[in-house]
Amino acid sequence: MSTAGKRILMAKTGLDGHWRGPTVVAKALRDAGFEVIMIGMARPEEVMQASIDEDVDLVGLNIGGHVDVAVRAIGMVRESRPEVPIFVGGVVPPHAKRKLEGLGVEVYPPGSQLPDIVAAAMRLTGAA
Amino acid sequence: MAVSQLSAQDTDQLLERARAGDRGALARLISVLERGGDAAASVERGLSSRGAGGYTVGITGAPGAGKSTLVNTLLGEALADAGRVALLAVDPTSPLSRGALLGDRVRMHSHAASSQVFIRSMASRGQLGGLAVATRSARRLLEACGWPLILIETVGVGQVELDVASTTDTVVVVLNPGWGDEVQANKAGLMEVADIFVINKADKAGLQATRRDLESALASLPAERRPAIVETVASEGRGAADLWAAIASHREAITLSGELASRRQQQLRAELHGLIDARLEAELDQLFASGAADTHLEAVAAGALDMAAAGDVLLRELCRRASAAIAG
Repeated sequence: MSTAGKRILMAKTGLDGHWRGPTVVAKALRDAGFEVIMIGMARPEEVMQASIDEDVDLVGLNIGGHVDVAVRAIGMVRESRPEVPIFVGGVVPPHAKRKLEGLGVEVYPPGSQLPDIVAAAMRLTGAA
Repeated sequence: MAVSQLSAQDTDQLLERARAGDRGALARLISVLERGGDAAASVERGLSSRGAGGYTVGITGAPGAGKSTLVNTLLGEALADAGRVALLAVDPTSPLSRGALLGDRVRMHSHAASSQVFIRSMASRGQLGGLAVATRSARRLLEACGWPLILIETVGVGQVELDVASTTDTVVVVLNPGWGDEVQANKAGLMEVADIFVINKADKAGLQATRRDLESALASLPAERRPAIVETVASEGRGAADLWAAIASHREAITLSGELASRRQQQLRAELHGLIDARLEAELDQLFASGAADTHLEAVAAGALDMAAAGDVLLRELCRRASAAIAG
């Protein structure tokens, strides 16, 4: 298998203006051969709609500390596209990490290495 | 199920569901068309019996001209006019990694969660004409699924990426103040295919000079064929209504004059040409990969065979293989 034609949705559900993290991750995924659909700061409804219309193989959320919004987005994607894996990055406090992992979501807090994130994307999309 | 494993029966079912309004099925079918191969051919067969009912508007221009921001404001106008609108937004695929960063949606939050708006990002996947290989068939799929209005945003283009002209009914070319001069405005290519010019970022310096250069370049055209020039500040939504009015008036003019019908003929012609082109190209890649060209190449290098003669031999072989592939 390869990353050819595999599609990843990247959204920010947090309200902070920090773009650097998701942009760096998106570029690393692009360089690994993925098609990365950036939607920027988005409400849970938008994340859900984009995950359907864009027929993505994986959803990446940068949650910037706003765990409740992320949990809502995860719930909505799960309802409409239950087969699609989700991974989460950004400022994730430890209690939130446990909560999110309890939902079956992989979590990559600050300090995570790009190669690990790319490897996770490959594994989760079946490209590895 | 993976797109690559879909049978003809699966794609027929997806098509039925997409026609009934299932967006997940529609989205999956676009993926099928993008991937190509047998499943895509079977979707094409399902589409063939349907007439084209929709209207398609192309938005093109240089990178950073403001196409996506303009499209975001246009979606509102289109929605008010047609009730539902679909958008295909194309961004470039890296020739190095084959990956792509599709960022058009970042500027399209106004209608991103609406059930009456369908937005699909497409990677160009090696196509050099400003669109993706599957953009034309995705457009026909959207029409078959009852989307009355389709916007197509090209990759950021230079002067000669003109597939949009043979794919859409009205072509909008987006420029900015300070862009070029009268010589640029008279150059061949992009400037010739516009039905409407937009000068976006019209609050920036240089607006009047750009408008003057455009007007003088267009002055030699008969009035009824002279593209409208619309000024917009897309980031503030200014001029969107004017642009939509210009699109509606162009649509009406070419519908009444019969030009729309001839454009549709040209679109079909371009699509068929493109389809054969893609198949021949794939066959040619295989021909080279199989080593069939190697002995001829060596002969050319040794001076025993000239390039044109080698081309003749291989072209004959290519045609033989292509017809064998069809027969098989």
